[in-house]
Amino acid sequence: FAAQPARAAANDKYPEEAFKQKSEADAIKALYGKTAEPSDKVKLDAPEIAENGGVVPIAVTTTLDKVTSISFFVAENPNALAASYKIPDGTVPSVSNRLKMAKTTNVVAIVEADGKLYSATKEVKVTVGGCGG
Amino acid sequence: MTAKPIPKVRLQAQAKAGEIIEIKTLIAHEMESGQRKDVSGQIIPRKIINRFIAAFNGKPVFEAEWHPAISANPYQSFFFKAVESGEFTFTWKDDDGSEYVTVNKLTVA
Repeated sequence: FAAQPARAAANDKYPEEAFKQKSEADAIKALYGKTAEPSDKVKLDAPEIAENGGVVPIAVTTTLDKVTSISFFVAENPNALAASYKIPDGTVPSVSNRLKMAKTTNVVAIVEADGKLYSATKEVKVTVGGCGG
Repeated sequence: MTAKPIPKVRLQAQAKAGEIIEIKTLIAHEMESGQRKDVSGQIIPRKIINRFIAAFNGKPVFEAEWHPAISANPYQSFFFKAVESGEFTFTWKDDDGSEYVTVNKLTVA
């Protein structure tokens, strides 16, 4: 019984359940069906302070092998799941983008490698929130 | 009113075999989160690009699912190992069903 990547089972369906979860721990569980362990092989690059919560640059890279997916969670956002990526063979497990953050909160990057989940967490201080209102 | 989103992709036109290239993409889009209210207190309906797919010679090489926490004018970068010449197809899928597609060539020498 080989360890299947959890995301492969979900295939192309929109992760409705994962998205609805309010906390990042619940969202991670809904998306992958398991919990992550912190790893120093996951490098999360985020600013210490974001003046504009509407545009927070986030980047994650990892030295782990057999990476199949990467996701970003913003703990205190109305919905924690921000983005998730499928990383096929031949694509380097390194992504960056820009997130909206409601307030000062932890950003969690999850890397799925060889069927296991690894995480890195960083707090970003937000001066002006980016989720509207 | 918003204009039709215009995708921008930046990547080198040529690469050596085995070289790892960075692909940077940007698309103009309001990415309305569905959390904001307008002046009369009505929630502005969500309208975001929920998916971004990059394919090389028809084979998906990178897939992103985006949620409302993605900033307006979403930026995405990723890395790809160049092995052969070919064509990238980048597709952005909007909540309203529209698709925005752009094509870039890569020559591997």
